[in-house]
Formats: sequence, C-alpha cells, structure tokens
Amino acid sequence: MTMATVDNQHSLSGEKNRKATKSLPEAARWISVAGRMAIPLMMLVLLITAWSLYVWAFDVPHYILPSPMRVAVALYTDWPILAPALLVTLKITFTALTIALVGGVALAVLMAQSRIAERALYPYAVILQVTPIVAIAPLILIYAPSTQAALLICAWIVAFFPILSNTVQGLKSTDHNLLNLFELYGASRWQTLVYLKMPNALPYFLAGLKIAGGLALIAAVVAEFAAGSAGAGSGLAFRLLESQFRLNIPRLFAALFLLSLTGVAIFLTTNTISYLLLRKWHESALKREN
Amino acid sequence: MKTSPTDRNDALGQATGTVAKAPALVSLKNVSKTFANGTVALRDMSLDISRGDFVSLLGPSGCGKSTALRIIAGLGDASSGSLAWPVRSPVDDKSGTGGPNQDISFVFQEPTLMPWASVFSNVYLPLRLKGLSRTAAREDVMDALQMVGLESSAGSYPRELSGGMKMRVSIARALVTKPKLLLMDEPFAALDEITRFKLNNDLLHLWEKFGWTVIFVTHSVFESVYLSNRIIVMAARPGRVVQDIAVDAPYPREEEFRTSDTYNDYCRQASQALHSAMEVSEPA
Ligand SMILES: Nc1ncnc2c1ncn2[C@@H]1O[C@H](COP(=O)(O)OP(=O)(O)OP(=O)(O)O)[C@@H](O)[C@H]1O
Ligand SMILES: [Mg+2]
Repeated sequence: MTMATVDNQHSLSGEKNRKATKSLPEAARWISVAGRMAIPLMMLVLLITAWSLYVWAFDVPHYILPSPMRVAVALYTDWPILAPALLVTLKITFTALTIALVGGVALAVLMAQSRIAERALYPYAVILQVTPIVAIAPLILIYAPSTQAALLICAWIVAFFPILSNTVQGLKSTDHNLLNLFELYGASRWQTLVYLKMPNALPYFLAGLKIAGGLALIAAVVAEFAAGSAGAGSGLAFRLLESQFRLNIPRLFAALFLLSLTGVAIFLTTNTISYLLLRKWHESALKREN
Repeated sequence: MKTSPTDRNDALGQATGTVAKAPALVSLKNVSKTFANGTVALRDMSLDISRGDFVSLLGPSGCGKSTALRIIAGLGDASSGSLAWPVRSPVDDKSGTGGPNQDISFVFQEPTLMPWASVFSNVYLPLRLKGLSRTAAREDVMDALQMVGLESSAGSYPRELSGGMKMRVSIARALVTKPKLLLMDEPFAALDEITRFKLNNDLLHLWEKFGWTVIFVTHSVFESVYLSNRIIVMAARPGRVVQDIAVDAPYPREEEFRTSDTYNDYCRQASQALHSAMEVSEPA
C-alpha cells in the first residue's frame, strides 16, 4: 500500500504560504489596523468639531441642540439615572436574543427534519414577523404579566424570525452530493443533521444572528416607546421620552449615544463571533487569494 | 433504488437459470431513467457485473454514465427496470433494505468534500459514520491518505488544495473503508498525466490485492483499456449500452502494457466503438 508522493509540492507550498501569512510582522499588522481606523476616527473628530462650531457660531440654545460638551457632561452627571436604564435595555435585548437564538435554532431544526412541522408552523412565524411590532405591542402589554415581560416578548418576536428563516435556509441548502454520500454510508438522520446539515447551516445562522442582534435592540426600544404610557418604564427608551417631555435635550442625546453604542457593540460582537467561527473555511471570512 | 425481496429472487433465478458463469454481483435489468424535465438519461440498460471485475463505462459526455453509477449505488431510483444483487447473502445486507450500503464506496465526479472539515476529517467521515473514534480511525485514515500521496496535507482545508488534490482526498475517502465494490466517476479526469498514470497503477495494485470489484467511469479510451478487463461502451440520447468489450490481457499490467500491441489493438477497438456510439447518438 505504499505509494510515492508525486506532487507533494502542492501541499508543501501550501504549508509555506500559511506560515508566511502567520509570520507577517506584528508591527505591520498593527499599522494596517491603525490605518483602517484612522479614517473613521478623523471623520468623527471632524463631525464633532463641526457640531461644536455650529452651536457656538449660531448660539443655538441647548434645549434645541446641545453642544457635544454639554452632552458629555450630561452623560457624566446623569450617569446614575442612565446606567440602570442602560442595564435594563441591555438585559431585555440580550435575554430576547438568547431566547430567539435557542428557540429559532430549535424550531429550524424541527422544521428541516419534518415537513409537517414546517407546514404547520412556518406560516405563523411569517405572520408574526410581517405584522409591525408597534401594532402588536399594545396587545402584548395587556396580556403579558409585567411590562418587562411584554418588552421581552416584543424583542423576541422581532429577533426570532431572521434566525429561524436563515437557519432553515441553511439546513436545507446542503450539497446534494454530500447528502448522497451520507446516505451511501448509511448515516442516520441524526448523524446527517449533526455532521452535515448543521455545519452547512452555520454561516446562514450567523448571518441571521447579525440581523437579529440589531433588531432585538430596535424592538426593545420600540416596545418601550409603546409601553411608555403604561408607566413602570426604566429602560433607555423611557429615559429618552422622559427627557424629551422635560426638554432635557442634553440627557436625551446622552441616552441616544448610549443606545447607538449598544447597537455598535452588538454589531461588533456578532461580527467577531461570525469571523471566529468561519475564518477557517467560509468565503465570507476569507481574503481572496489569487 | 430499494430492491424488494421479490426483485432479488427474480434476479437470482434469472442468473442461475440463463447465465452459465458465476452469478453477477450486481445486475441491471432494462433500467430506464427519465428525469423530471423529460430528459431520458437511460433507456433499457441491462448489465451484469461479476464479482472481482474491473469494468469501465466508456461513452460520450451526457450519455448517462453518472446516472447509471448512481442507480447502482442506490442513490436515486430508476424510472423502470430493476437493480438486483443476486449473490448478496442476507448477512451482508445489514441494513435490511437490500441496498448495498455496507460495502460500497463512491467517488463522485466532483470532489464533494465538506469545506468546514480538514482533509483528515473528510477522509475520516465514513469511519465516523460507522461509529469509530478518531483515534481508532487514525491509522486507516493516514493509510488512505498515503495511498493518494497526501499524508502531509492531513491538516489542510479543502480550499487550500488544488483541484487534483481535492479529487485525491475524495479517492482516499472512498478507499478508507476498504470497500468490496468501488464506484468511481471519472476520478482522474482532473489530474495531470503522470499523477494519473501513477494512480492508475496504484488502483490496479489495490484492486488485485484486495479483490475488489470496480466500476469505473471514464472518457478516456486509453485509461479504460489499461485498467479494465471489460469495457462497456455507451451511446447518448437515450443512454444505452452499445458494445461490451472483454479486454483479454493478463494482470498485473505495468507501464510496458501501454506500448504493447495488445493494448493498441484494444484501444483501436474501443475507439471505433466509441466513434460509432457517437454516430448513433442523436445530437444534443
Ligand atoms: N438532475 C437532472 N435533471 C435533468 N436531467 C439530468 C439531470 N442529471 C442529468 N441529466 C441529463 O441526463 C443525461 C445523462 O447525464 P449524466 O450526468 O449521467 O451523463 P454522463 O455520462 O455522466 O456525462 P459526463 O461524462 O459529461 O459526466 C444528460 O443528458 C443530462 O443532461
Ligand atoms: Mg458524469
């Protein structure tokens, strides 16, 4: 069974290439990272300067447009009010996202395994998704045991669908020849699911997760707006509305800033997770090397 | 295609009744395949393959070679006709479906690797599906990789390999189970000539050593003559068998065989058969 290796040059040179990219000097990589960050940072500085100049030059009253400095001060002084609110929003968003993730994947697996389950459930998932959340929120507020629970349900409804539909799509788009191969080797349904369909669905699922992350935050805020009149609000959205009523515009901006920051953080986190899981093999995480 | 017990009995009766030599390992009877879009890929194809044979399916592109191979593997049903495994004992038939699952390997026309798994994991797959642990399978997997000259690439991912290397991984995955019946769909088409010749020889050695049965699809007259003891020439539209050439040259065949007169004669014969197959094929 011994066979000479005729064109091992391929594999050897492949090895070399990998090492080369790894041993790329750390310094050079940092420079390239810094280079990529430089432009957005400069843009930020430019915008803030322009904003400050505008407020200063036209003497805009702070209850119309506060200067960036005032917003920063509000962020600092109102932190005892804003921090708990941020925490509440974060908690709702991430709890909703987690439940959506578990529920979405579980339901997707069920639907991919059973045609009957798919026919029975998918239409309702779609209906839930296409009905605007603001329209359902008041109802949910009535039926849910607490406002917190209502917010959670709203955020969940919105975050759940992209994960479900993407994962279903991923589970179903398995290469037919690979399915044939599994059949040929007598793989059980379970083996086919775990070794073939799930890895195949991973990039789809992650794309769904990226969308769901952003949507969960949006839904948490929107639902809180809808719940605003129902009192008991203590999330960032409620603080936002409250600041607006009181014409405390610097605090409104500070709350807004925290919301954006949360959104960006979610975006970066899901992107990083996606990159880490796919970098070895999926086109989306790979540089094109020609 | 799932053969029912009655099919198998029929085929067995047929085989013992009319064929004098050993009963066929696998037998296609009047198999036709029409795809959903109306394409008739095979019409009335009948073929008996004996145990231990090295059979080549030779024919123009689109004549249904891959389709026939799939049907033999039990992937996709024939539209009509039957597939039978006359000499299969019930003991062999672990799955109880009459299917050949336990000891068939298939090399698809495309490499068909899992992009998320390393070369090692791809070759390990058939053993993993049988429940072998990674450590228990390690030796077999490395042996199979060595057969195709890729043991140093075990940790690479498919995207890091050339087209020919991917194909060799796919061949290693087929060999790792030491199958009784090996179905290969143009496995060497993407390889350079030297590697192809080497793998031709390697495959012949393995075939002789382990007494496998091989059904080998190819476009190449030369390859089919060099490797097989039987060449089935097929014509297209509809796909069917037009000639059955027995290559009566002794094994082991070495490189000298490629320059011998016998080899040339058979090449000429197969070539002519292929040409006439092209003529009787309706234009695509
Ligand atoms: N899924 C399909 N749906 C419809 N027609 C198909 C399908 N698969 C194959 N065919 C048709 O069936 C015929 C036989 O296809 P097959 O793949 O078996 O050819 P082949 O002999 O393997 O060709 P090649 O040598 O090019 O691989 C072709 O005419 C093709 O167009
Ligand atoms: Mg083919």
